[in-house]
Amino acid sequence: MNIGFSLFVVFALTLIAFVGAGQMGWQALFGVWIPYGALLVFLGGVVYRVVRWAKAPVPFRIPTSCGQQKSLPWIRSGFFENPHNTWGAIGRMALEVLFFRSLFRNTKVSLENKRPVYGGAKWLWLAALTFHWTFLVIVARHLRFFTEPVPLPINLLAAMDGLFEIAVPTLYLSDAAFILAVTYLFLRRVAIPQVRYISLAADYFPLFLILGIASSGVCMRHFSKVDLQKVKELSLGWFTFQPAVPEGIGIIFYIHLFLVCSLLIYFPFSKLMHLGGIFLSPTRNLANNNRSRRHINPWDYRVRVHTYQEYEEEFRERMKDAGIPVEKE
Amino acid sequence: MSLAKAPKPDQLTQIDYHPPQSGWMETPVRFKPGTWCYAAPAKNLKALGMPNPREWQVSDADWKLPPNWKEIILNGFRERLEKFRSFRLFLDICVRCGACADKCHFYIGSGDPKNMPVLRAELLRSIYRRYFTNSGKALGRLAGARDLTEDVLKEWFYYFYQCTECRRCSVFCPYGIDQAEITMLGRELLNLVGCNIHWAMEPAANCFRTGNHLGIQPHGVKDMLDFISQDIEDRTGIHIDVPLNKKGADILFVAPSADYFADPGTYTCMGYLLLFHELGLNYTWSTYASEGGNFGLFISHEMIKRLNAKIYAEARRLGVKWIIGGECGHMWRVLHQYMDTLNGPADFLEEPVSPITGTRFENARSTKMVHIAEFTADLIRHGKLRLDPRRNNHLRLTFHDSCNPSRAMGLFEEPRYILRSVADHFYEMPENTIRENTFCCGSGAGLGTDENMEMRLRGGFPRANAVKYVKEKHGVNRMACICAIDRAVFVPLLEYWVPGVEVTGLHELVGNALVMKGEKARETDLRGAPLQVTEERQNV
Repeated sequence: MNIGFSLFVVFALTLIAFVGAGQMGWQALFGVWIPYGALLVFLGGVVYRVVRWAKAPVPFRIPTSCGQQKSLPWIRSGFFENPHNTWGAIGRMALEVLFFRSLFRNTKVSLENKRPVYGGAKWLWLAALTFHWTFLVIVARHLRFFTEPVPLPINLLAAMDGLFEIAVPTLYLSDAAFILAVTYLFLRRVAIPQVRYISLAADYFPLFLILGIASSGVCMRHFSKVDLQKVKELSLGWFTFQPAVPEGIGIIFYIHLFLVCSLLIYFPFSKLMHLGGIFLSPTRNLANNNRSRRHINPWDYRVRVHTYQEYEEEFRERMKDAGIPVEKE
Repeated sequence: MSLAKAPKPDQLTQIDYHPPQSGWMETPVRFKPGTWCYAAPAKNLKALGMPNPREWQVSDADWKLPPNWKEIILNGFRERLEKFRSFRLFLDICVRCGACADKCHFYIGSGDPKNMPVLRAELLRSIYRRYFTNSGKALGRLAGARDLTEDVLKEWFYYFYQCTECRRCSVFCPYGIDQAEITMLGRELLNLVGCNIHWAMEPAANCFRTGNHLGIQPHGVKDMLDFISQDIEDRTGIHIDVPLNKKGADILFVAPSADYFADPGTYTCMGYLLLFHELGLNYTWSTYASEGGNFGLFISHEMIKRLNAKIYAEARRLGVKWIIGGECGHMWRVLHQYMDTLNGPADFLEEPVSPITGTRFENARSTKMVHIAEFTADLIRHGKLRLDPRRNNHLRLTFHDSCNPSRAMGLFEEPRYILRSVADHFYEMPENTIRENTFCCGSGAGLGTDENMEMRLRGGFPRANAVKYVKEKHGVNRMACICAIDRAVFVPLLEYWVPGVEVTGLHELVGNALVMKGEKARETDLRGAPLQVTEERQNV
């Protein structure tokens, strides 16, 4: 049901764009107002979510240590795996965010002769890393629609991305890798019984939506070509706040754009916020210097304890008989 | 359920990792005997002033919840979302990638999908979505939300008391989502309506009153230490007067009470006593702070603080300079990650400096509490101990990294350095099962009780299997560890899965190897087992 529903929603969104920007001719709505609205929701939503997390205090310093602690000077500590200062913690976060360090540890358990064995399972890491990095490359490439003249780094990136010059216009490697990676992430979600068991609509929907965005984009580039000059006119207009919708861009563009807008709107209210959340994760972003620097809990309060005096009061005679020193003879 | 009544290993290893046909929200929890812990009796809750004290049992249909239990839970939920960034964040950002799924020892040993950390957390997340997110309020099931019912509460109870808060999942999670944190807060919620377990609540109540989990009164502590001292004299010829509640000592020593209460912890305790005696350390034990462990960790953050307070209080009363802590796992989670925040600042103590080597323990400069493995490793490094590792020649050792010192501290090399210095036959278990990847004993976090035996055996299966591996490969016959719960629970666990492997504390091995002034020629180890090196013994 979760898969069907998610797929249905993505198709419905496509249809809305097809009918709205096509049959109905609401190109200003789909070309200008929805994108503006989506961007606002995205920015506002992300800020809201991050602020909401940040407002909750971190009462205890609870890093997960994945390497040797810093203790005695002659024992080498894991600077990134178990950081003892802020630099180490920054390095650890960088490894997490840029290279998915923790996911790289992944293993897969299986029973052989009724004994568990732990095999390597790096495909998830590889697909996830590919997916996120190619997504970034693709977003960066799109900057050529928002800049005039196009800055050199973006052109260089695009040139490298299309290095092999397969097909005309050249196939971007990032596009291909991106679609492969997303497809893998979807297939493993369906094929691995445990992962399918835990998957919600909220897990399938973004995959389908992103796949829809990618395929409409590729389609626009290679099959149902649109006038890129006009697209650029439109996109430059957004950022100069003088949006004008050129005639005859082609419906596929509006579908692509509407799906992107849907993603932007969906993003802040979904699990995709792990993008912002990971930076705030207290098991990763804190240095393991608990015993050398005191961590303050802002809502700390006094609690009822059993004092030594109460304790001695109860046991004094027996303590004295046993020869244990007491405060009050 | 005792070990004898537990299913045979052949039955327990029939593990099916395929989830059932019915979705997890439709699959009701089944309280199978041997897989849950008894409820806490009213007297312990009353002793601690905890809500809803009553006589009830987990197997009852009616759990005698307060009439407004739902409101209490939801208010408690909201309060914790605001007080713990970790809570809201961990509920929000999981992408259900499943990387944590087969990292949990309870999942590996049981195949129950709700023991996958991700799904254990979804038990709470589904309620969070339903009552605290707009999508969950609007879309319900489609958004993975569900109503809070008594069945949900029972499911929480079953699975939050099937998590040992070992944090192995958080090592593998790409966002560091820590199931221990989820479980701790989930248990806090359950405690608000009086759903707690005997095995956590009784030690806490005992500890509150008598200073230790086992409820040993001060004269009892003295008796036990004297008894151990007597054994030491029999085996080594060394007479030790154990310092107790001594004002003017330089160092307060706090160990888990199990170390002076029962075998094989008592042998570790002998090791502590021998070491401190040989060093001539001016230190003291305390009957008031006679517990390093803290079962409050398995109840609530408030209970951690209430039980932990006595350590600093006693250090202040006795006027010591700093504190050494013995070998215990969850004890060190509290001492390392919570104590200073909860009951500090310890500004009345001095920055720890070893009186023997002059080493300044800078890593403990605020908390002022040093792990005994750090203390001893430093001594050995500076050549302050005369050690004869051949006295451990009858042992072929492996080392079990206890969860909390591993994943909440990173205490990996100190114990290994000690182990290699005091013994010649040491073999590591496979890479995926040690250090930060270490597998839990399956009985921590208050679950080490007999009625829960089947679940303990299942949870301990991955660890036991790794022990079996080194037993078969290297003839290992003794597993060393630095945790009192380990020393208690591994005895039946290994007897069941890997007969022939015994359990030892690290400082028992130190005590065996330590060549002492004025000792008689040792013919046995601290357990009274004959040594294999007596004749050709040389000066070392």
